[in-house]
Amino acid sequence: MTDMIAKEGVEAETVEAVKSLSGKYKYGFSTDIESEYAPLGLDEDIVKLISKKNDEPEWMLDWRLQAFERWKLMKEPEWAMVDYPKINFQDIYYYSRPKSMSEDKPKSLDDVDPKLLETYAKLGIPLKEQALLAGVEAPENDRKVAVDAVFDSVSVGTTFQKELKNAGVIFMSISEALKEHPELVKKYIGSVVPQSDNFYATLNSAVFSDGSFVYIPEGVKCPMELSTYFRINAENTGQFERTLIIAEKGSSVSYLEGCTAPKRDVAQLHAAVVELVILEDAEIKYSTVQNWYPGDENGKGGIYNFVTKRADCRGDRAKVMWTQVETGSAVTWKYPSCILRGNASQGEFYSIAIANNMQQADTGTKMIHLGKNTKSRIVSKGISAGKAQNTYRGLVSMHPKAANARNYTQCDSLLIGDKCGAHTVPYIEVKNNTARVEHEATTSKVDDDQLFYCRQRGMDEEEAVALVVNGFCKEVLQALPMEFAMEAQALVAISLEGSVG
Amino acid sequence: MLNIKNLQVGLEEENKQILKGVDLNIGEGEVHAIMGPNGSGKSTTSYVLAGKDGYEITGGTVELNGHNLLDMDPEERAAAGLFLAFQYPVEIPGVGNMTFLRTAVNAQRKARGEKELTAGEFLKTVREKAKSLKIDSDMLKRPVNVGFSGGEKKRNEILQMAMLEPKMCVLDETDSGLDVDAMKLVAEGVNALRDGKRSFLVITHYQRLLDHIKPDVVHIMANGRIIKSGGPELALEVEKNGYADILAEVA
Ligand SMILES: Nc1ncnc2c1ncn2[C@@H]1O[C@H](COP(=O)(O)OP(=O)(O)OP(=O)(O)O)[C@@H](O)[C@H]1O
Ligand SMILES: [Mg+2]
Repeated sequence: MTDMIAKEGVEAETVEAVKSLSGKYKYGFSTDIESEYAPLGLDEDIVKLISKKNDEPEWMLDWRLQAFERWKLMKEPEWAMVDYPKINFQDIYYYSRPKSMSEDKPKSLDDVDPKLLETYAKLGIPLKEQALLAGVEAPENDRKVAVDAVFDSVSVGTTFQKELKNAGVIFMSISEALKEHPELVKKYIGSVVPQSDNFYATLNSAVFSDGSFVYIPEGVKCPMELSTYFRINAENTGQFERTLIIAEKGSSVSYLEGCTAPKRDVAQLHAAVVELVILEDAEIKYSTVQNWYPGDENGKGGIYNFVTKRADCRGDRAKVMWTQVETGSAVTWKYPSCILRGNASQGEFYSIAIANNMQQADTGTKMIHLGKNTKSRIVSKGISAGKAQNTYRGLVSMHPKAANARNYTQCDSLLIGDKCGAHTVPYIEVKNNTARVEHEATTSKVDDDQLFYCRQRGMDEEEAVALVVNGFCKEVLQALPMEFAMEAQALVAISLEGSVG
Repeated sequence: MLNIKNLQVGLEEENKQILKGVDLNIGEGEVHAIMGPNGSGKSTTSYVLAGKDGYEITGGTVELNGHNLLDMDPEERAAAGLFLAFQYPVEIPGVGNMTFLRTAVNAQRKARGEKELTAGEFLKTVREKAKSLKIDSDMLKRPVNVGFSGGEKKRNEILQMAMLEPKMCVLDETDSGLDVDAMKLVAEGVNALRDGKRSFLVITHYQRLLDHIKPDVVHIMANGRIIKSGGPELALEVEKNGYADILAEVA
């Protein structure tokens, strides 16, 4: 009940927040800061250099080199419904870090270069240990958000470390985890997304520079929201982060990642890997608000977002929930997946993908039902505007042992204008006759009568579109942690600016 | 308040004339009713006043308090004080009724350079007004008009009108589909807004509504024109004899 009212409230607040925001991509500024780069391009020496910068154990370097050998033999995938110029992988910097974050880097966030701190302040990311994101009203119960801030190739710092440590939770950058908890990283890295998984995942395995590491011990409910904020600042630089989250038996955690980048004329590559390991009765809620620079109206610049995300529900009754709000990037290629290995394990995927102007999104999920009584639910809301193309691509696979497995998929597309496209590509494999798969799909246009109704009541056209689209996405927005729902709604509105009239 | 002169309107898509020279003057604080056979152009008049797309104005002028209405965007007309209670209110899935109302109220306030209402102020007003229209808190939370009964939709229109406090209210068949009690509620809602300044244009098929909302002038529209105007007795005449006599009279 309280929850209902709060949500209604959040939505109303948002409309105001939306109105107060102006300008198209408001995170497009860049930070003028001295950075050091690895030499341009990619070879074995670069892989070694990245490993050395992070002061990694020997086995990590070997693993990277192995991945690099494989990658050299692999081909870029071409099956996605996206079209972009061929990437010259030798024309990218694979490592860039602010000078101030080098060898004798600051011991605590207080000592971090003020320019970096300013950047996060400007982005609205709290690196002070305050209760909440700036601009969000405090909900009744004072919930906290811990942040790991990744700037180009390195983590700038992580907040609330002490409090989390007291709860037994490990939350730090993966480069630190490699030093402090190498046995945990070694045990789990690559165990969900194998090195050889796909072209970009293999590339990431060779050159990932940082990312977040989370370990929730048995029976622990993480006392606060965890989040990682990715910022690409340097030009011509790729960001390759790796996130690894382990939820031991009966534990639970809610984690959120956000991403932005400056406006640049040249497209930039972002190839991340996220691995979630979920044991018996544990639960991970993983939310993404992806707002990389989308490029300009003519398709110049923007981030190529090629990401592999996978959750392995290893234990019985393990549960994972992916929620994503994908508003940015020039090209998105991303299919957060669930391997439902444990009996009665559950996977959920809630997605909003918005493509405006020249953006292209090919995104969806894979639900691999291996265990008995496994359940999955997919709710995908695709919004296309301008000349954008938006594809939902999803696989639901019921394996022979997945007795009584259930899937429900709902896939709705909304078109704004008549130059954009929406495509739905569902793959369904059922090898067990007690399994049930339900699929519903709709495609609609933003209804003129709805817009006129809103405008007759006094809203301008963009406000009306934002309201109607937010309504269309409501089910997914509600799946987000409350702290971020408002930001996400504002984003929905902003990313549709210029889509009407 | 509202001055319509020789308004001629066709469809944008096809060559069809719907309004063939409508003249109508509504003074401050007055209540006018329009009656007329189906398809005579009543809803079209209301849509054109509100600025809906798809119509081509081929002649005439419309002024609201001296401002040329036809030059304004729909939201500008709304902010200038024009409100239309729709014959068929539109459903907006996923958008809470309350959110919709608050967004609308604040959009208009902002357009007029007034301070926006805080969440608390808004909530207080909306609860009061909803109560007098027997709209419960559940209906306020539900998505706009989704799954509302016909009567609930009409009451919701009146709630919006009460919240927006327009200067010129156009009600298109707000009484259709209402049971006797709901009709009373709606009429009371309208009467509560009558303050000697606010004007109303009430489109209806039934004299019954006009028993509750006493009009100053009744107009009969037929075939895209106002063919006769008179006092409340004109509505009684229509109720009794239909339109045949009036149509014959002007033919
Ligand atoms: N968009 C449209 N396309 C085609 N015909 C239209 C359109 N809008 C209005 N018309 C026609 O214009 C005429 C007037 O319609 P309008 O809805 O204004 O009538 P009305 O007086 O409100 O009727 P009712 O009493 O049935 O509500 C009708 O013949 C109708 O079919
Ligand atoms: Mg009508």
